[in-house]
Amino acid sequence: MRRVRPAALAAVVAASSITLVSCRGHSPSMLDAHGTESQRVSGVWWLMFSLAAVVYVVVAAFIVIAIVRGRGGKREKAQKAPKDDTFIWLGGIVAPVIILAVLAVVTVNTTEALRNPEAGELRIAVVGKRWWWDVTYPDSPGVRTANEIHIPVDRPVDIELTSDNVIHSFWVPELAGKVDTIPGQTNHLRLTATAPGTYRGECAEFCGIQHAHMSFQIIADPPADFDRWLARRTTGAGLTPTSDQAARGELVFTREACAGCHAVRGTQAVAQIGPDLSDFGGRQWIGSLTVPNTPANLEQWIVDPQSVKPGTLMPPTALSAEDIAAVTAYLEGLK
Amino acid sequence: MAVTEHPPPPPSPPVDEPELLELWEDAPGIPGFLSTVDHKRIGMRYIYTCFFFFFVAGAMALVMRGQLAKPNADLLGPQLYNELFTMHGVTMIFLFNTPVLAGFGNYLIPLQIGTRDMAFPRMNAFSYWVFLLGGIFMYSSFFVGKIPDGGWFGYTPLVSRTFSPGLNIDFWGLGIVFTGLSTTVGSINFIVTIFKLRAPGMTLNRMPIFVWSMLVFSFMAIFAVPAVTLATGLNELDRLFGTSFFNPALGGSVLLYQHLFWFWGHPEVYILFVPATGMISQIIPTFSGRPLSGYLWVAGALVTVGFISFGVWVHHMFATGLPPVAMAFFSGASLIITIPSGVQFFAWIATMWKGRVRLTTPMLFGVGFLLIFLLGGITGVMVAVLPFDWQVTDSYFVVAHFHYVLNGAVVFPIFGAIYYWMPKMTGRMLSEKLGKLSFWVMFVGFNVTFFPMHILGFLGMPRRIYTYDNGLGWGGLNAMVSIGSAIFGLGTAITLFNWLWSRWRGVPAGDDPWDGDSLEWSTTSPPPHYNFASIPLVASRHPLWDQRPLPFAESGPEEDTSGLGSEGAVARETPVTSGIDTRPEGNLEIPHETYLPFVVALGLAALFVGLLIKAAVVGVVGVGLAVVAVLWWSWRTEEDLT
Repeated sequence: MRRVRPAALAAVVAASSITLVSCRGHSPSMLDAHGTESQRVSGVWWLMFSLAAVVYVVVAAFIVIAIVRGRGGKREKAQKAPKDDTFIWLGGIVAPVIILAVLAVVTVNTTEALRNPEAGELRIAVVGKRWWWDVTYPDSPGVRTANEIHIPVDRPVDIELTSDNVIHSFWVPELAGKVDTIPGQTNHLRLTATAPGTYRGECAEFCGIQHAHMSFQIIADPPADFDRWLARRTTGAGLTPTSDQAARGELVFTREACAGCHAVRGTQAVAQIGPDLSDFGGRQWIGSLTVPNTPANLEQWIVDPQSVKPGTLMPPTALSAEDIAAVTAYLEGLK
Repeated sequence: MAVTEHPPPPPSPPVDEPELLELWEDAPGIPGFLSTVDHKRIGMRYIYTCFFFFFVAGAMALVMRGQLAKPNADLLGPQLYNELFTMHGVTMIFLFNTPVLAGFGNYLIPLQIGTRDMAFPRMNAFSYWVFLLGGIFMYSSFFVGKIPDGGWFGYTPLVSRTFSPGLNIDFWGLGIVFTGLSTTVGSINFIVTIFKLRAPGMTLNRMPIFVWSMLVFSFMAIFAVPAVTLATGLNELDRLFGTSFFNPALGGSVLLYQHLFWFWGHPEVYILFVPATGMISQIIPTFSGRPLSGYLWVAGALVTVGFISFGVWVHHMFATGLPPVAMAFFSGASLIITIPSGVQFFAWIATMWKGRVRLTTPMLFGVGFLLIFLLGGITGVMVAVLPFDWQVTDSYFVVAHFHYVLNGAVVFPIFGAIYYWMPKMTGRMLSEKLGKLSFWVMFVGFNVTFFPMHILGFLGMPRRIYTYDNGLGWGGLNAMVSIGSAIFGLGTAITLFNWLWSRWRGVPAGDDPWDGDSLEWSTTSPPPHYNFASIPLVASRHPLWDQRPLPFAESGPEEDTSGLGSEGAVARETPVTSGIDTRPEGNLEIPHETYLPFVVALGLAALFVGLLIKAAVVGVVGVGLAVVAVLWWSWRTEEDLT
């Protein structure tokens, strides 16, 4: 064999690729771990990687030597080789059993340590929708948001996951592994963020036409900031229109098609078919991280959502340009 | 034991009696095409049909890679992308990998065990027609614009009537039930053939490893396929007749579908992988010039894999919230299944180690297989580790892993097998120069395509997304993957060209171009319709290396042994032997060509079309046609026996 591809080389390629691509944007990497679970699993990965690199290099070396050694025509070498059975015993059974035993212990230990209920957990209920995430805080009645989940740093969070439609999967690589949202059952993902930051999440189970745009983010704040965020959502703060245009927007919102699907706390719009928009102005994205939340994008989204996210269940809204601008001003003011 | 330097293989027994050829010849033209029951014609037909589907599915992959080559591309919309990745998976699993192995089994098993046809030649024709019509059934969705779009695995409730009301899913669900029939029928045929038609002396521990692998393939398929038939069939009942097996609102269970699907789905991986390793266990010894090391180990490993593979299905469901203790069991079983593969791996290395390797094209594909499968196996161990799987499942890491296994460790052996056995099938060699070029282009393209996918998984890229944002840093690696896929595609095209060229200009192969050890090399290339005028008498695991010249049986006066010699060939019979010690027990008559298998398959196809378009009349006519044809099939007349 002239061409060898040792795992060591692969490691270099992997490391340099990660460096290379991270210059071009921030990837939600599971090895860039900021949660208790992801840190633990990243440790498991590097252990497995070291073992794998050794195994690959050694076995590939055996393959190459096995091919090369007989080709020179020195047939007497064959006589010195160990018996077939010994070779198969050692390479095919003894060595794998040792490695697998190590991995079995690691698996059991790690699994036991993760996802256990802990005292003082913050409960958050997440429902997978087509194609967005509905988020409530069961211990703070009335607080409802979508796609952008606020949590406190260093406090265990119990995310209750379910679905009332198809199966989705909740995955925030920098914080933890994934758990499916399955209709008819409630799953739990327990995680703790160890550093403040915004962590991107993705739907990881194919769920239909817009599976690609069912992203979300977890925003981990210092506990005091989080408490302030949560407290604001339990009062009427930020819900009153601050300009005439926004006031008109509220009227349009509650009387026209919007209120048929969406809710804004403290108004007559209470429908829960689409995302709750009570803190919309504070969100960074529209359409489950499809486009950044800017007034221009929002207008486009309201007028013709299919042009932004083809297949979304939101229908186009027939409003005058003035009304659209008013609704946009209203929604962007909800913080 | 065998030595590596052999004299030229023994001459084939005298044949060419025009009478014999005429007796076995199919009718010329289309009637013969539709009515043949010759396992070799059927086997090649399987292989060619499968490769047609292979290139179609490959073309779909290239289009998808075009879409993913850069962020926010708009080559494909989400609907079309979902249709393409669904049909890519469906085609590769149901219309290429599984049936192409059945095709090789069909062609090679009767030759390797020294008999004149399969045990049930008409069922053999039937299973091909079902497979072909099943493929046409699923692909007809393209002509009505209702292409399956729920993923090849079709999880409920996404594929329920509520969330996927169109015919798209019915093409998929009914198509899987229909083609599953082909696999089951074919498997029963393989098992009976292997147990009852082996040449005298070919005891179980002298069977070529490929025959062992097809035996394991068949038993696994018989137990696994009903599960997927049940999963997709119950889902179709939910869709067509409003039952609620998988509807949680009416007491059904969503996870039940996944259990049933993966109870087939994971064994299916080994259903594909086991025969691929069987091919490797033929190729490596031939080109190492010595017998396979640890024959019994390898045969034992295949059987062991067959059993363990039924205990690992839950590792596809680690993120579904099952209890950790239950998952730990499946995690353990998924680790243990590595051991039989390790045994095979070191048996191959030991074979090469003590042999003298000739790096021909089939052997290059074999070595490429070893280097690729080594990595696919290692990542397979990794995904068995429960907490790690929580991170990587449904990410591009898993896409990388299973392409290393299903593409690298199954498609590479199949390409090796094409180069190894096509000369036997067509009588012409493929070009070694083009073959080696094809291998290197495929090997480089493969790794450039699939290796970076591991890293994309770490970077958080989920599977089955039709586009991704610019700011995520996935663009560079995706561009690399797309370039690699084009290189890989080019490599496969070189082999296609090589095959076409060899049909036209290929050097005649002779009986035994590679100095092989098994019985298929003792007959002409291509073999006569009856394979062997007289049945070879086997006294070794490597008859062509150890028994020189290879002895052939004479017909005895008793009925038990009358079929062994050329009298058996004249009577269109093949000897039946006892399952363990291959004592001659009598003769099996080989039926003449007949349209009946085709008619039965057509009738069943009409049934499925009837279900699809909800036209009871079409379904009833189809069932009627099939029943009449089956009755006719079972009706034996004097004419049949002459």
